[in-house]
Amino acid sequence: MPPAASNQLGVAEIFRAFAKIGVTSFGGGLVAYLRDALVTDKKWMSEEEFLAALEIGQTLPGLNSVNVAIIAGRKLAGPWGAFAAASGLILPGVVLLLVLGLLYDRFRHDPDVAAALAGVAAAAVGLLLQVTLKIGAKQFLNLRDLCFVLGTFYLVAFQHVSLPVVLFLVAPIAIILCRPGKLKPKA
Amino acid sequence: MKDLIKILNVFCLLSLLAVGGGSAVLPQMEHETVSLQHWVTGDQFATIYSLGQMAPGPNMSMVALIGWQAAGGAGLIIALVAFYLPSSFLTYGCSYVWDIFKDNPWRNSLQRGMAPITIGLMLAGVHAVGKTACINPDRSLHFNTITCLTALAVTGILFAKRINPALLMLGGGAAGWFLLRGH
Repeated sequence: MPPAASNQLGVAEIFRAFAKIGVTSFGGGLVAYLRDALVTDKKWMSEEEFLAALEIGQTLPGLNSVNVAIIAGRKLAGPWGAFAAASGLILPGVVLLLVLGLLYDRFRHDPDVAAALAGVAAAAVGLLLQVTLKIGAKQFLNLRDLCFVLGTFYLVAFQHVSLPVVLFLVAPIAIILCRPGKLKPKA
Repeated sequence: MKDLIKILNVFCLLSLLAVGGGSAVLPQMEHETVSLQHWVTGDQFATIYSLGQMAPGPNMSMVALIGWQAAGGAGLIIALVAFYLPSSFLTYGCSYVWDIFKDNPWRNSLQRGMAPITIGLMLAGVHAVGKTACINPDRSLHFNTITCLTALAVTGILFAKRINPALLMLGGGAAGWFLLRGH
């Protein structure tokens, strides 16, 4: 049942639906959770609407999952819907993080805890590396893209060029090289 | 108070610079919070990042713990609000006018052009966290060998098998506890 005009969905119901994802989404992959909840389970959005929201969420700054929650919440119940969706998604994890942070502060000098945390931190690096390689597979295989990947990496990691400089100097060059008409169709 | 305003500034900027998801701002966040502001040490940053990977919800909620280390409860709230609110407002506003840009050919150019830069930034993020979590000059060779192997094992396993990353984080913790005690 698609919501017709406005506000017929309760803000509390929206918060509950997103908080359920916020509680259960251990290990990331939030966009898939959101799709399951919004499109398959609650039927609050059509597949197309979800993909359109994801496209906006990916293009604009911010986390994709939070941006999708904002757009979906807005569609369901306006500004308060957006607020309920985003806070439902974020707050449960923050509560758990706070508990983990308190434990960390209390026990970080314990050699057993320090050793375990070092292992967890190493595993997190491996996870980020895998995600980077996976979503960047196409870019690593294209020579021009690879130059931008490695150039950006070198400038930021070793020359400590700040992110605004990268985004305002390097990004325009990359975008102009991909300007309309320059792209191979079906690239 | 000065600290809180600084937290607000740093995370608002990071919010609006977080193109292509949160991981792309990781190197800048590390630089700001560790090298410039000294809110956390490099070790703490890497640990807080990994805690963020273990908790459910958006992984960048770990900014809450940085804010908390910097300025207590108020710092936590300000870091969270500053990191999530600006980009959310932007998305909220843009989702109204999106249809105007929907068929603009430059949108495709933007996405194609930005993709390799996002990947480069994410690689720099791997470096930002890995330089203390995996290859740490202050630690023994044994420590660095184990942490590098743990990281590479996680990368390999994730490519080979669909498995919940949170479980691998716990596995990394077990490996660390078993192999890194006393190092």
